Amino acid sequence: MKIAVLSGKGGTGKTTVSASLAYSLHNSQYVDCDVEEPNGNIFLKASLTEKEAVMVLNPVVNDDLCTGCGACQQACQFNAIAVINKKVMIFDNICHSCGACKIACPTGAISEVPREVGIIESNSSHTFMHGKLNLNEPLTIPVILQLRKKMNKYNHVIIDSAPGASCTVVSTIEDCDYCVLVTEPTPFGLHDLKIAIDLVKQLKLPFGVVVNKAMDSDTSIQVFCKEQNIDVLMELPYSKEIAKNYSKGILPVQYSNHYKDEFIKLLATIKERTS
Amino acid sequence: MKQFVFISGKGGTGKSTVVASLAKYVNNKALADVDVDAPNLHILLDHEVVEKIPFKGAKIAKIDQSKCTNCHKGYEVCRFDAISKDDIINPLKCEGCGACLLVCPENAITLHDELTGHVYQSKINEEHFTHALLAVGAEGSGKLVAEVKKKVKELVKEEDYLLIDGSPGIGCVVIASITGADACVIVTEATKSGLSDLQRVQQVADHFGIKSFVCINKYDLNIDVTKKIEEYCKNKNVSVIGKIPFEPLIVKALQQFKTPMDDDKLGHIKSEIISLWNQLIKET
Ligand code: SF4
Ligand code: SF4
Repeated sequence: MKIAVLSGKGGTGKTTVSASLAYSLHNSQYVDCDVEEPNGNIFLKASLTEKEAVMVLNPVVNDDLCTGCGACQQACQFNAIAVINKKVMIFDNICHSCGACKIACPTGAISEVPREVGIIESNSSHTFMHGKLNLNEPLTIPVILQLRKKMNKYNHVIIDSAPGASCTVVSTIEDCDYCVLVTEPTPFGLHDLKIAIDLVKQLKLPFGVVVNKAMDSDTSIQVFCKEQNIDVLMELPYSKEIAKNYSKGILPVQYSNHYKDEFIKLLATIKERTS
Repeated sequence: MKQFVFISGKGGTGKSTVVASLAKYVNNKALADVDVDAPNLHILLDHEVVEKIPFKGAKIAKIDQSKCTNCHKGYEVCRFDAISKDDIINPLKCEGCGACLLVCPENAITLHDELTGHVYQSKINEEHFTHALLAVGAEGSGKLVAEVKKKVKELVKEEDYLLIDGSPGIGCVVIASITGADACVIVTEATKSGLSDLQRVQQVADHFGIKSFVCINKYDLNIDVTKKIEEYCKNKNVSVIGKIPFEPLIVKALQQFKTPMDDDKLGHIKSEIISLWNQLIKET
C-alpha cells in the first residue's frame, strides 16, 4: 500500500507525519519526494550508503550538420533553444528533455547527452530513500519519477510529497492508494487545505486529514471537514515539547509510545477506509 | 524603487506573517504574492480585487479522434507518459512539448493554450497588491510567478518599495521569485530542517547574484541551531536582521486574521519586525 502525505502549504508537519508513520510501522519504506528540501533524514537518520545520479537528456548540436534553419527553436515549446545568426544556443536548465527538437531537426544535427540534475540516496535496505535536486536546477519532476521507479518493495510505502498543488505533486501522488493531507488550524492552513483537497479530488484519490498543532482556540478545520464529510484521521496537539524536539531532529514517536500507538492507529484507520 | 523578496527555503516558517506585518508598517509601497501554489498574504490583508486576469501559461496537446488512425507514434515519442496505449492524452501529465504532433502522420494533434491560473490585481486602500493562484495540478508555476511580477510593475510608479512574498523551495518558482530583486530576506526557523533549507536556498540566491538577509523565527526554540545559523551567515557574509521568539500568541492572532502589528499583546514582536525593516533599509 502506497500512502502519500501532502499539504497545500509547507511547514504544516508533513514530514513529522510521514516520518512518524514510517518509523512506527514494520516493513515500511519512507520515500522523501520533497526533492527541493528533503528533510526526512534529519529525523530518520538513515545511513545513506547508496547513491544514484538522476540524469536528464539535453540536446547538443553538431555544427557540421547544422544549417541554422531554426526548426529546433520553433519546435521547442519551452524557449530552451535560441538560434541567433545561424548559431544554436541551448539552455540546459530550462530544457524539459522532451526530444521535440531532435525530431524536428531536418539534418539530424541534434543528438542528446545525459546531464545530472539531482541525486537519489538510500540506505542499503532501501527502507529510506530521498531525492535531492541539485542546486540551481529548476525542474523537479525527473528526480521524482526516478524515485517512483524504486518504490514498492515493502508492504507500506510512505511518501513525503512536495508542498503545494502543482504538477510536481501530481507526479508524486498520482498512483498512490491513499492520501493524508496535513494541515494546521490557522486561516492559512484551511485555505491551503482546500487547494490540496481540490487536487486529490481531481486525481480521484481517497484521502483523509490530519490536523497538526491542533488547538481549542480554532476548530475551523474540524468544522469544515465535518461539513464536507471529510475524515479527520488524527489530531496532533500544538505543543512546545513537540516543537522543541522537532527542532533537534526528534519525532514525537521517537520518545513517546503514546504517539507511536497513535500512528499505528492511523494506519489501521487508513486501512479500514480503503478496504 | 527597491524590490525585496521574502523567501523561506522550507514553507511555513512565518514568511507571510512577516510580509503581512511589514505591509501594515511600510509606507508608499506595492505588494505582490508570488507563492502561487499556496498564496496566503491576501488572507491577512483587507483588500479589494479590482481585476481577475486568466493566465495561460502552458500548452496542452489534443488529439482529434476523428483523424487519429491509432498508429501509436505519439505514444512512442511522448516522454511524459501522457499518451495512453489507446491514444488518449492525460491532461495532467502532458507537458505540452509538442513532440507528438511532430510525428503524427495525420496531423491529428494540435497544441492549445492551457489556463494555468489567475492573476489578481487588488488594492489595499490606495496601494497596489498583485497576487495569483495556480490552477490545481498545473504546469508552469514559474511563468505565473514571472507574470505576477510583470503585472505589478506595470502599475507601480512612484512607490519606494515593492515587497514580494516569495515561494518555498529552491526550484523554478523560487528562481523566478528572486530574479530582478534588490535583495531577498530568507525567513527560517531555528530547527535542524530550517538550517539545512536555509543553506540550500541561500546558495541559490548567491548563484543568481542576489544579496540575501536572514530572519530567524522561533530562534529560542533551539539556541544551538540559532548559533549555527548565525555562524553560517557570518561565513557567507549574510546579515541576520531579525530574531523572532517562539510565541503561541502569534498563532492566536493569525486565527483572528490579525498580524502581530495589530495585536496589543504582541508589542515585542512588532518592534522586532520594525527593527528588521530598518536594518534591511540601512544595508541596501
Ligand atoms: S529537448 Fe525539448 S525542451 Fe529541450 S531543447 Fe529540445 S525541444 Fe526544447
Ligand atoms: S505534447 Fe509532449 S507531453 Fe504532451 S502528449 Fe505530446 S509528446 Fe506528450
